[in-house]
Amino acid sequence: MIELNDYLILSGLLFTIGLVGVLRRKNLLMLFFATEVMLNAANIAFAATSHYYNDLSGQMFAFFIIAVAASEVAVGLGLLIVLYKRHGTLDLDNLASMKG
Amino acid sequence: MYEQIAFYLFSVLIIGLFLVTVLTKNVLYSMTSLAAGMVLIAGIFFTLGADFLGVVQLIVYVGAIMALYAFAMMFFDVTKDVKENNTNGSLIFLLGGLTALMFVIIMSAPIMSENIQALYPPMAGVTNPQAVGMVLFTKYLVPFEVAAVMLLVAMIAGIILAGKKMDQSLTTEDDVIVEIDILEEDEK
Repeated sequence: MIELNDYLILSGLLFTIGLVGVLRRKNLLMLFFATEVMLNAANIAFAATSHYYNDLSGQMFAFFIIAVAASEVAVGLGLLIVLYKRHGTLDLDNLASMKG
Repeated sequence: MYEQIAFYLFSVLIIGLFLVTVLTKNVLYSMTSLAAGMVLIAGIFFTLGADFLGVVQLIVYVGAIMALYAFAMMFFDVTKDVKENNTNGSLIFLLGGLTALMFVIIMSAPIMSENIQALYPPMAGVTNPQAVGMVLFTKYLVPFEVAAVMLLVAMIAGIILAGKKMDQSLTTEDDVIVEIDILEEDEK
């Protein structure tokens, strides 16, 4: 039988994968993908908790996470396009133009 | 029985696909595996009985967000592999694992102490989308409206950021140049 802990372990594993991606990636687009992985891991944890505790609040928060992710992608991709037009690359190291 | 089969199948596939997302060097592979993993996450939502959440996941994440990434990729050069100078790989894996473990302990602390009480239990004889609608439009009405305003702000920001110099069309400029050439030839 699948328990709540199994879903939480799956969510933790996916969150770890996303966190490793955030720490490891230097390309900004890949960094966005890793963020999406982390948001989805949080959604799985919310839905599983909502199911096993018979409470709909978890699903509500998952909806709001999806809304936040959608607006984040809209604004972030606009910023990425502006950055790419200006620098011609999406590398994070090129962004450190203010270092002394 | 079927729930177990579905859970293990989905979770193994999701972990594999998201590992490809995080570790590959090609942007197109990364985006495709992310979209496939999100479809399978919608499957996990369906097995959890969250029907409406699964449908929203399919429509918003797989439909809208991945399409937005695909459109944004037309601005970037995605045919060649991404070059990244990674310094210390194993240290990053260790740090990521430890940080995630810390998050898991922090988040699971209230569960361990069994302080969770169901505030909005699903009503009897009501399907999941109906119950979601009842809770969303009564208890969570203000966050719902705030989310609507946030999406509007994000839409305007995306249009303004990505649509700079959209009034100067490239094709009409070409047409003007061609017309000027024709006029000059006529004068000769």
